[in-house]
Amino acid sequence: MSWLSPEMADIVIQILKSLVIMLAVVVCGALLSWVERRLLGLWQDRYGPNRVGPFGAFQLGADMVKMFFKEDWNPPFVDKLIFTLAPVVAMSALLIAFVVIPVTPTWGVADLNIGLLFFFAMAGLAVYAVLFAGWSSNNKFALIGALRASAQTLSYEVFLGLSLMGIVAQVGSFNMRDIVDYQAQNVWFIIPQILGFATFFIAGVAVTHRHPFDQPEAEQEIADGYHIEYAGMKWGMFFVGEYIGIVMVSALLVTLFFGGWHGPFGLLPEVPFLWFALKTGFFIMLFILLRASLPRPRYDQVMAFGWKVCLPLTLINLLVTGALVLAAQ
Amino acid sequence: MEFAFYFSAGIAVLATLRVVTHTNPVHALLYFIISLLAVAMCFFSLGAPFAGILEIIVYAGAIMVLFVFVVMMLNLGSSTMAQERQWLKPGIWFGPAALSLVLLIELLYVLFSSDVTATITGESVDAKAVGVHLFGPYLLAVELASMLLLAALVAAFHLGRPEAKELS
Repeated sequence: MSWLSPEMADIVIQILKSLVIMLAVVVCGALLSWVERRLLGLWQDRYGPNRVGPFGAFQLGADMVKMFFKEDWNPPFVDKLIFTLAPVVAMSALLIAFVVIPVTPTWGVADLNIGLLFFFAMAGLAVYAVLFAGWSSNNKFALIGALRASAQTLSYEVFLGLSLMGIVAQVGSFNMRDIVDYQAQNVWFIIPQILGFATFFIAGVAVTHRHPFDQPEAEQEIADGYHIEYAGMKWGMFFVGEYIGIVMVSALLVTLFFGGWHGPFGLLPEVPFLWFALKTGFFIMLFILLRASLPRPRYDQVMAFGWKVCLPLTLINLLVTGALVLAAQ
Repeated sequence: MEFAFYFSAGIAVLATLRVVTHTNPVHALLYFIISLLAVAMCFFSLGAPFAGILEIIVYAGAIMVLFVFVVMMLNLGSSTMAQERQWLKPGIWFGPAALSLVLLIELLYVLFSSDVTATITGESVDAKAVGVHLFGPYLLAVELASMLLLAALVAAFHLGRPEAKELS
């Protein structure tokens, strides 16, 4: 055991921790597919999937067996390289973005000085999944879905970045751990940055292409949009990627606006993970409740809302925050 | 760090070569995205994480989305690929390539004849230092760039206004 020096042991432990976080995020994303169907069912006065296992909890296993044994079929008219690449991007982009999330004081994958910007970069790259899937499918409905996605992206990406700049101005750092520490010492950002929270939450829903921003895959008009030609595990990767996006954005909302692993009023500092998980779970439920309760706007309405309401709001928020930060110095 | 720099620089050069030589426009754009990511990696390895991440956000995340959007709208099919193949005949690219080779040799000569001893030290420049420089000594360049962007914005608004559509 001579190779097991203290540094080596640290590296191995860090790698194991990162693997555990990655697996936890993927498993959460996969389990959400059952949680969402079950909750939607209960809210709509029906049962949802309740046959496999206690309360249908093993539905995920049944789904996986089904998807793995389905024929992995590429239609003859698709562009095979890009058709295969798109689901990989869909699943990995926001999963990689999770590395900047500090889960507890001791758990977290990477402590980047440019943590927040790293999330923006990965959110920007996640768009290519939809674009490439829509184009390579060589299908009218898929292409319309991809066009909607890119039009939407151009309208939400601007205020996605600007909505968080108020936080950066107050903390003076892009580092996620600095942001959490600042909130523990002062006040959670939900209070001073309420406008930033509102706009970032809207942009976050749009990043994951979830209801009410799911125009790229609107079932009623364009029959599932960009992933219409996908089957089997490739389709499953789009599906799991969407849920990973929900987990990611919920964790980010908790980290940026709700004090990360800290409890309210400094309660119970011994269980940081419990607070983090509780708050993240709350936002995941909020995502599902949004889908259950809101109608879907037209995509030109979404774009007009983004440019005419959210962008001015974030600019006002940034200006006021900047003035206050300067006045306090 | 030097290994990381040369590795990503090599990938950038290879990917850019494929951008030029590929006949399918969307595949060429895919290589272009990879080239931009590799350039961002170069910035990271040189110790400029802020510049690197902005390269990804602005170029790979925003500008390339527009490129892909337009190419998708044009729906370039097999006729474009045939035309590209026509353009990529040796007789057409040989002249420009030979002239560029002369420039490359000149560049290499200048690089190797001047005794610059700058090495990659691995120290990183944070966002604050970039901001202090941009709004300090380079303030005039920032203001000029913002005026240029404002002019472009006004022009785009003029072209896209609702009355312009009604007149035509």
